[in-house]
Amino acid sequence: MTHVGLEHYLIVSALLFALGLLGVITRRNLLVMYMSLELMLNSANLALVSFSRFNDNLNGQVMVFFIITVAAAEVAVGLALIVALYRKRQSAHVEDLTSMKY
Amino acid sequence: MATDILFYVLAALTLIFGALVVANPFSRNPVTSAMFLVLTIISMAGLFVLLNAFFLAAVQVLVYAGAVMVLFLFVIMLLDLKEEERRKIKLTGLVAGVASVGAIVVIFVRSLLAAKPGENLPAPSAIGDTATLGKMLFTNYLLPFEIVSILLLVAMVGVILLSKKDLK
Repeated sequence: MTHVGLEHYLIVSALLFALGLLGVITRRNLLVMYMSLELMLNSANLALVSFSRFNDNLNGQVMVFFIITVAAAEVAVGLALIVALYRKRQSAHVEDLTSMKY
Repeated sequence: MATDILFYVLAALTLIFGALVVANPFSRNPVTSAMFLVLTIISMAGLFVLLNAFFLAAVQVLVYAGAVMVLFLFVIMLLDLKEEERRKIKLTGLVAGVASVGAIVVIFVRSLLAAKPGENLPAPSAIGDTATLGKMLFTNYLLPFEIVSILLLVAMVGVILLSKKDLK
């Protein structure tokens, strides 16, 4: 075991991002895809915080603060869209949602 | 060192719970995914504490594990997604997805190891306390802070409009 440094955190962040990407690509349920998206957003947060820590610079943490705020707004709007879509089509499955106009 | 062991434990927990969000071998219920996402976020808050970002760890638990996940669970229960469990996953899509994401992981890790971003950095001091962060938010980042508040207002109005029964 070497001393934990910036690389360790960045590799964890990269793996978490890959997991989120895998979820968005392979899962077909809109809500689970959305959760995977949150996972990707969180991995970016982890990368930013670790850069901020190891460069002795707080700007990264302020950026993460804004990302969390924007993510909260994004989740609210996205879930409202999913609910509106579900009302129209009775499905939250991407393979049922292929046409633009209903 | 104790913090090193803590890092390995928390990182492993984060990755395992994250994997269970995406692909749970026992259940394909979205509620299970949401619960594992809560656990992922909490262990990530632990990583934030290790990185001296105490305020962000608290915000992570409050906003993500609290507010956002409650919203997710509300919507999952509103939509009643029983049908999801009956659908089959297409094997070709799964294989293609795993292969392409694996390739991206290889690129990430190799470029990280080649770039060596951790070299020649000053030894980290004990910055990261909430007071300094708050001062920065209200001086250097005052304008973005106010704009974000307007963004939240816009999102709130948009959500109310979107979830009305009849759009007129």
